[in-house]
Amino acid sequence: MTSPLTRAERIAALHAAAKERILVLDGSWGVMIQRRGLSEADFRADRFVAANGYDETHQMKGNNDILCITRPDIISDLHDQYYAAGADISETNTFSGTTIAQEDYALDAQAVWDINLEGAKLARAAADRWTEKEPHKPRFAAGSIGPLNKMLSMSSDVNDPGARSVTFDQVYEAYRHQVKALNEGGVDLYLIETITDTLNCKAAIKAIKDLEDDGLDALPIWISGTITDRSGRTLSGQTAEAFWNSVRHAKPFAVGFNCALGADLMRPFIAELSRVADTLVAAYPNAGLPNAMGQYDEEPHETAHFIEEWAASGLVNIVGGCCGTTPDHIRHVAEEVAPLKPRAIPERPVALRLSGLEPFEMVA
Amino acid sequence: MRPTFINVGERTNVTGSAKFRKLIVEGDYSAALDVARQQVEAGAQIIDINMDEGLLDGAVAMRTFLNLIAAEPDIARVPVMIDSSKWEVIEAGLKCVQGKPIVNSISMKEGEAAFREQAVKCLRYGAAVVVMAFDEVGQADTAARKIEICTRAYNILVNEVGFPPEDIIFDPNIFAVATGIEEHDNYAVDFIEAVKVIKSTLPYARISGGVSNVSFSFRGNEPVRRAIHSVFLYHAINAGMDMGIVNAGDLPVYDDIDPELREAVEDVILNRPQRTNVSNTERLVDMAPRYKGEKGQARVVDLSWREQPVGKRIEHALVHGITEFIEADTEEARLAAERPLHVIEGPLMDGMNVVGDLFGSGKMFLPQVVKSARVMKQAVAWLEPYMEAEKAGKPREQAGRILMATVKGDVHDIGKNIVGVVLQCNNYEVIDLGVMVPADRILDEAKAHNVDIIGLSGLITPSLDEMVFVAAEMERRGFDIPLLIGGATTSRTHTAVKIEPAYRRGSTTYVVDASRAVSVVSGLLSPTERARNEAATRDEYIRIREQYARGQEVKARASLDQARENRFKLDPDQPRPGKPGFIGVRAFESWDLQDLADHIDWTPFFASWELIGRYPLILDDEIVGQAARDLFADAQAMLKRIIDEKWFTAKGVVGFWPARAAGDDIIVFADETRDAEIARFHTLRQQIKKSNGKPNLALSDFIADDDQDYIGAFAVTAGHGELEIAKRFKDAGDDYSAILATALADRMAEAFAERLHKEVRTQLWGYAADEATSVDDLIAEQYQGIRPAPGYPAQPDHTEKATLFRLLQAEQNAGMALTESFAMRPPASVSGLYFGHPGSHYFGVGKIDLDQVEDYARRKGWDVATCERWLAPILNYDPYAAKRETAA
Repeated sequence: MTSPLTRAERIAALHAAAKERILVLDGSWGVMIQRRGLSEADFRADRFVAANGYDETHQMKGNNDILCITRPDIISDLHDQYYAAGADISETNTFSGTTIAQEDYALDAQAVWDINLEGAKLARAAADRWTEKEPHKPRFAAGSIGPLNKMLSMSSDVNDPGARSVTFDQVYEAYRHQVKALNEGGVDLYLIETITDTLNCKAAIKAIKDLEDDGLDALPIWISGTITDRSGRTLSGQTAEAFWNSVRHAKPFAVGFNCALGADLMRPFIAELSRVADTLVAAYPNAGLPNAMGQYDEEPHETAHFIEEWAASGLVNIVGGCCGTTPDHIRHVAEEVAPLKPRAIPERPVALRLSGLEPFEMVA
Repeated sequence: MRPTFINVGERTNVTGSAKFRKLIVEGDYSAALDVARQQVEAGAQIIDINMDEGLLDGAVAMRTFLNLIAAEPDIARVPVMIDSSKWEVIEAGLKCVQGKPIVNSISMKEGEAAFREQAVKCLRYGAAVVVMAFDEVGQADTAARKIEICTRAYNILVNEVGFPPEDIIFDPNIFAVATGIEEHDNYAVDFIEAVKVIKSTLPYARISGGVSNVSFSFRGNEPVRRAIHSVFLYHAINAGMDMGIVNAGDLPVYDDIDPELREAVEDVILNRPQRTNVSNTERLVDMAPRYKGEKGQARVVDLSWREQPVGKRIEHALVHGITEFIEADTEEARLAAERPLHVIEGPLMDGMNVVGDLFGSGKMFLPQVVKSARVMKQAVAWLEPYMEAEKAGKPREQAGRILMATVKGDVHDIGKNIVGVVLQCNNYEVIDLGVMVPADRILDEAKAHNVDIIGLSGLITPSLDEMVFVAAEMERRGFDIPLLIGGATTSRTHTAVKIEPAYRRGSTTYVVDASRAVSVVSGLLSPTERARNEAATRDEYIRIREQYARGQEVKARASLDQARENRFKLDPDQPRPGKPGFIGVRAFESWDLQDLADHIDWTPFFASWELIGRYPLILDDEIVGQAARDLFADAQAMLKRIIDEKWFTAKGVVGFWPARAAGDDIIVFADETRDAEIARFHTLRQQIKKSNGKPNLALSDFIADDDQDYIGAFAVTAGHGELEIAKRFKDAGDDYSAILATALADRMAEAFAERLHKEVRTQLWGYAADEATSVDDLIAEQYQGIRPAPGYPAQPDHTEKATLFRLLQAEQNAGMALTESFAMRPPASVSGLYFGHPGSHYFGVGKIDLDQVEDYARRKGWDVATCERWLAPILNYDPYAAKRETAA
């Protein structure tokens, strides 16, 4: 099926929609996939088997990204569920779709490429189905670019705090590979998300920008960091404003936070970002904090209640859900924010803004 | 605060600091980091890092130093200026900083194309740039050249490359003055003039410069150089200079400079007409030696913490990750300590605990904790030779071997790696199996390496189940080593409710974070502390399970009024226990120990040794049978000695009084006239909504309000002598016997309570003179009446023991006392109330609500907060949340 809109039209529509209303992202994928109770065989299908040279003594189960290839029916269905719930944007199921993250499952580069390509195609097709069905509300596919289990700012060996388990160039190449495949598969924007280490994110930004210089279609970039706890710092130690100063050169379509915190605890950091970021601000918190059993208890109406307050206070332009949220959460969120105005992007004085772990500003 | 002039620290520059160059060339990065930290502490808002030294591989040195800085939050909080004349060194640096740095510098020295390319890269990496006033012709010296080059560069950057103008910083070249060469005399003025023009014509651009160049001709005379810098900056800043590479904190205040020197310097800087028959330069050169001896101003590095006592200094060093003084401080602590080990267990562990608390409360971050661990390691390394000497040549042993793994299905390992690092710092050998490790592999490796502890980590939800599985496999395969649980998704409750019960043979401990790991591990590997720690955790987890189970019960609640409406009613057709054999108390000086031995319930005895199973079946158990038999034999042998040699004395006291229920209280009267109230027991009522006609119980329900009932009380101990015996064994190095003796004393106290209860039923109160008398029936509680104890489920309030002890005069009658938390001494003691009515039975109060807490507080004469403190474990609400709400 051909897309009802060209890519340029879709990007224009995305910008237009963001001016008009608060956009809604989808919710958790992990919890929805987990509920299916899939088996090892579902994850491997007939491709990732010993006969094709894959090591079956290692578990593939848990590698949700591979379902883009082996159970596309499930992935399509989840996109549909979230679009049906009212999401404007759904993410590709490619959170760990880098050669580095997939080393844990011993996947080759071709398989990683296919995850991103197929994942992007599934999201593209689902978005197009819904746009065709509801032309007044075009749907968008965001290419999910998740964090790595290897960090560029953290030592891998206490005896040598300068040691790193990975280099900038390796991270850069891994993201470059993913970005290319996502773009080829037809995503409308990139979502660099759950950023625990800003330097990893900067490698992803450079990969995207360099590819654009090399002729790849330029797409909007959405950058979403993770504030790990109430201290208000990323895992690599930056404050919200320092984080923004570090990534602003990407000229992102949107910047925000997701994961780790529920909406109540995330609010002060979103408020801080909302104050300093002269672009769209996005937030998709977890459904509260996990309970003792590791499950998320926050009910859809509770999550929606918090997010409605953010929207009413003019803090956000894009909202959605992370761990523990379901289509039902997104439905409630979408209903609550529908009548509310998106945040107005503030005009900030021109200034030299730098950052270490903390922000630095020198106003004229 | 938004500064008007930015100090860029210059001491981390190998071209500007001989000391720093020496440190880097010799590879002493630890001291080099101290130089960086000192600058930040002294007020540098940005630090300049330069590794341009012929002997160095600049790119490697830059990468190494920046990676090290990333682990130093005191330093990494400020942005860095990556300073090199070589682009490859700059790019190596750009790949190491998560913040937004400044590149120093790019220029048109090699033409516009190279300039453009480097500018685009700076944009892609997200950096601001310093642009040197340098073109194909050379470095700009006059004001006109400076302005011309900067204007050209600005137009290329802003209009062609798309560089944000606010991220451009010009360095219009500061050159040395007072060199004796006349053409140099105007250099400072040229700079100042250029600054004025650039600032007014190139919007948002900034000006920086390497200030120390200006005084180059006065090398060796630091006081005069500092005066020159100060005067130069005074004028340049007024002209619009925004930042400078200076030794922050080392500059005299302009007004504080000796007026004569200041005037001479000013004449040089501003190239004023000469005042005397010698030139400005000559005048300053002549004057300079007079100022050479002058001490520079004291550095503003805050070293006041060095004045604190050594323990505090060690804590400061750990919290701030400062290695500079740790060896000296450790040595000082060692000299003051009895044993080198005590330095580890004392000040060092105390400091690490502070680190743990700060980390736990979000005031420290992971990199800092890792850094603290490094300080710890250095301190331990200092102590090592002394500890070895103490061991008289015995080879140094690792403190223990710990296997760590992220469980199957989970690939997250950052937390685990940090725990590993922290443990290694503390002299533990860590075998890290990595991520996605299946249970069988974990256990195979644990066996193969003969590890002391297994640590499991996981972040995602399904890992919780996998951990339960690993625990069950450890049980099945006969492991008995401690199991540690950690990771973001794990919790104390989950560990207590799901994991620990799956692994009964060994202990399971939840480790809340990496900084706690060392104290948990050392506690679990300490031969003296292990049993106590494991028992404490086990008790805690039992409580957590109970709480959790209660939390899981039907959520519907009854108000206190409703619960009272639904109270338990004594069956009027059942015979009452009647009047006891005496009113008042009776003491037992020394109960027959053999009689107590005959009444011991052995099942909990085995459980206390982590042998689970019912006695006597446990003796024939396929798995633990042998261990149980050995233990039982040892226990019997010791029991014989306890009796023969009268190690313990069993004392007790029992009392009976007329009683009457009054609401949820029980009034105790001195005698049958029932007009003198001598005590009042307060009881708590169940508030779970009951169905099927089941009542909401309180102990007071078992006493009628019609003046025909009685209540009994008792306090017994078998513990006189217990502590002395245990200590004797311990001192002799026989912990096994010490623990055995303690465990037997506990069992004898329980047996005493059971035995005395029987005496009460059949003789002293006598309401069941003809009940069956087998020991098994007693243990199974197949008899009429109950003996609930304060602090247990039917009356969770420990403070009721105070009333009990007062009535019984337990101190005089049995030598028993209460601690401030109402624990009984000696430890092997039991006390409780006697209810004789046939309808009385054991139950659990469960959670109670605020209405009852308020009512109970009033009855006890407490304020509500006191009540909430004592009843904290059974509150059905979060009192702190309630307070927060009130405060808000």
